[in-house]
Amino acid sequence: MIVNEQVAVDHGLKKDEYAKICELLKRTPNITELGIFSAMWNEHCSYKSSRLHLKKLPTKGKKVIQGPGENAGVIDIEDNDAIVFKIESHNHPSFIEPYQGAATGVGGIMRDVFTMGARPIANLNSIHFGSPQNKKTKNLLRGVVHGIGGYGNCMGVPTIAGQTSFDSSYNGNILVNAMTLGLVKKDKIFYSKAAGLNKPVIYVGSKTGRDGIHGASMASASFDEKIEEKKPTVQVGDPFTEKLLLEACLELMAGDSIIAIQDMGAAGLTSSSIEMASKGNLGIEINLNKVPCRETKMTPYEIMLSESQERMLIVLENGKEEKAKKIFDKWNLDFAVIGKTTKSKKIELYFDEEKVADIPVNTLVENSPMYDRKWKKAKLPKKNKIKKEDTKHLKIIDVLKKILANPNVCSKEWIWQQYDHTVMGDTIQKPGGDAGVVRVHGTDKAIAASVDSSAVYCWAHPLTGGKQVVCESFRNLISVGAKPIAITNCLNFGSPENEENMGEFVECVQGIGEASEYLKFPVVSGNVSFYNQTKDQGIKPTPTIGGVGLIKNYQNMITMDFKEVDNLVLVIGKTEGHIDQSLFARNILDEKNGPPPEVNLFNEKNNGETLLKLIDNNFIKSAHDVSLGGIITAVAKMCIKGKKGINIKKPKYLINEIEYFFAEDQGRYIIEINKKDFKKVADILHKNAVHFDELGTINENELYINDKTKVTIDELSTSNKSWLTKYISK
Amino acid sequence: MKSSVITFPGSNCDRDMDVALKKFGFKNKMVWHADAELPKSDLVVLPGGFSYGDYLRCGSMASKSKIMQSVINFANSGGMVMGICNGFQILVETGLVPGVLLRNKYLEFICKNVFVKINDKKNKYFKNVDNEVLEFHIAHNEGNYFCTNDQLKEIEDNNQIAINYCDENGKIEDQFNPNGSLKNIAGIFNKEKNVLGMMPHPERMIDTSLSGEDGSLFFKNLINNLK
Repeated sequence: MIVNEQVAVDHGLKKDEYAKICELLKRTPNITELGIFSAMWNEHCSYKSSRLHLKKLPTKGKKVIQGPGENAGVIDIEDNDAIVFKIESHNHPSFIEPYQGAATGVGGIMRDVFTMGARPIANLNSIHFGSPQNKKTKNLLRGVVHGIGGYGNCMGVPTIAGQTSFDSSYNGNILVNAMTLGLVKKDKIFYSKAAGLNKPVIYVGSKTGRDGIHGASMASASFDEKIEEKKPTVQVGDPFTEKLLLEACLELMAGDSIIAIQDMGAAGLTSSSIEMASKGNLGIEINLNKVPCRETKMTPYEIMLSESQERMLIVLENGKEEKAKKIFDKWNLDFAVIGKTTKSKKIELYFDEEKVADIPVNTLVENSPMYDRKWKKAKLPKKNKIKKEDTKHLKIIDVLKKILANPNVCSKEWIWQQYDHTVMGDTIQKPGGDAGVVRVHGTDKAIAASVDSSAVYCWAHPLTGGKQVVCESFRNLISVGAKPIAITNCLNFGSPENEENMGEFVECVQGIGEASEYLKFPVVSGNVSFYNQTKDQGIKPTPTIGGVGLIKNYQNMITMDFKEVDNLVLVIGKTEGHIDQSLFARNILDEKNGPPPEVNLFNEKNNGETLLKLIDNNFIKSAHDVSLGGIITAVAKMCIKGKKGINIKKPKYLINEIEYFFAEDQGRYIIEINKKDFKKVADILHKNAVHFDELGTINENELYINDKTKVTIDELSTSNKSWLTKYISK
Repeated sequence: MKSSVITFPGSNCDRDMDVALKKFGFKNKMVWHADAELPKSDLVVLPGGFSYGDYLRCGSMASKSKIMQSVINFANSGGMVMGICNGFQILVETGLVPGVLLRNKYLEFICKNVFVKINDKKNKYFKNVDNEVLEFHIAHNEGNYFCTNDQLKEIEDNNQIAINYCDENGKIEDQFNPNGSLKNIAGIFNKEKNVLGMMPHPERMIDTSLSGEDGSLFFKNLINNLK
């Protein structure tokens, strides 16, 4: 095939990018080389629109062992233990083929983690669908949930937490973000940097097929009416092979044979070989005839661009080939020496004794395009004035029941019951709480993890929204008694070529950066997913934050269920009555304008750290952060979980009942304490200048408000639990 | 007491079972599926997981692996063999226990706590358990027990049903059946009651921080009965 500008454009390259390739090579690339360039230079692999802005994120900290740039981030949890973690998107494939798209998303992120020598110990996911009324939503939800379960369950890694939301902006472009945490000894972490000359380059895992060719390019384009034709670009997962690959890799890693290891994810053999060469400042030579293929007559182009799953590339020490092969034979996996490291600093490919590609590595990596895209700054919307007559007719209990049954608040038990969340025998906080918690096997330590996003806030004001998501993650970890350590982010946005979408990206990243800097909650890994749009319509900006924290003694973990009748319930943090962009405003008043709640980083940090102090002093019986639906929703959930009631007395502030109960002001928690501890708790809160309200007292099974209105917890529980199961079975 | 846990390609509850057995005093050995010989054991456990990726039929390929001939011989000579979840699926494929395990009635994987009622205590697994009802944990996609009417009659005549799904008071009704199992069957013995296959995972219920503690009760009792 003759390569020209049109062929390059068909590969998703821009005309000037093609001109740059010709200039860098000082000749016209052949088709294999063009394929390699298109795979490396697409948005998904090159971060060409985002790199400039991502550089500004805080990525360092005392506990950070490895920040962004490796397969995953690594943090120190003491005693020579470390946690490897990352979140990644698989949005486009999941919309085209929900089961396989979601499954291979989970498979891919687990590979990123065990590539670094860590055994995966927990999975999380953040999934976002179109409006429940949209005719595609139900099947997409079903397919994605089955796919996530199908892969994670088979791997024997518990899925411990997640987030599901519905919003019409995802009608034509759902989001599937998967996160994995792994445990590794600090001195046994593996990296992807190749080193040494003439070292054997090894291919292990599944055979290469024609599936997923150009998957990364597909993920870097917008959808149109022809998306169905893109089905063949979705990879097919085989969790059984991945389980074998995990065990075989960890067995090989126990020895000292490996110099560098990299999984074949997006852009397969192309990106894995180039990444290893680039990081090691070396060249790699590969004989493509040696690559184990599933199908006959695969061309060099297909072999290099296949995204077949469950494959790894390893640079071994000389003379260790036999020993390594034995391990992969035991696990019935392919093992092939396909090339060697060279000093050429080029990627050189041979096929049928002919050289089929010869590209300097730096042209693909350092010289890849980087754009300073035009972007538009968002204005802070004006506050709405809520008129008394709009809320006069509303009864708090009725509104509460509606909110508890709202698709974005209701119980997601139907989803997480399909995920094995207890395998490995260390899950001490199951899905449905503020964060999932697993013990560090055989120790007193436990790791808490949470995934969060707030697309509505980010859409209303990206800078505030970006900050808010990081704070929400911080709060969720603190609510279970964990000290927040670091985050990973999955940045889901529309087209970077659209100034507004690009502006949303830039300002959300700025917000994330400011909050993580202030809270000392650095970003150690992440992924950007642009072009989440159908035709010209982008999704609401949806940065997802995966937070990780440490509980030093797992016996001190906190859960959100109310524990004991007669205990006191307090609200930590001040309620100002911010209703704009709250679930109440959007769904009850149908008011979609206005600014999101303000984020005060000082209060976030101070309130959170003070609560950790209270937890350390064993004062806290249960805790839950206040988020969607405000105080009353948070309290109702604690009642439902604990099968207890509460007598609520609204404090005598100036704001009215509706605002007090449904406002979504930030930096707040609900806590339960024993009456006898009240003085000591109040003292600590005062000393640290933390505002708190006395909200009420726990009772047997009813929720009372100001002695006037009441509802049974059973009734609230039914509202909360029935929406999803009814929806799915209809 | 010596125990052996078999690891098949795709087993994923083998470590959890090893942890549980050791916690309650067993000297446990992990045995690779391609080995021919079983170490000397008082108990052999086929753990949960997805042996051979559940391909072909859950448990069917594992039931033909090399070690299984030794396990079958061990069982036929009266040795104690317990299959949990995928291990139960492997046991039905070998024919050591009767019946089959179909896909769950609602075609969904289920992971949750359930209650089971002990149907028979004249065996080494449940003898001396004080409780009638245990809170166990299930996590499976194919746990819907089924057999022919003739088989069912034989099973009932021989009292081979080990445990049934029920509510916390031991009431065995359809609404407490998580997967559509015939007669709410959650676990079943061979005729001699030295082989037990069950869907619930007692190894996930071995301390208060986990889903519960009735697994501890089960293992403590089991090791005492074997002494």
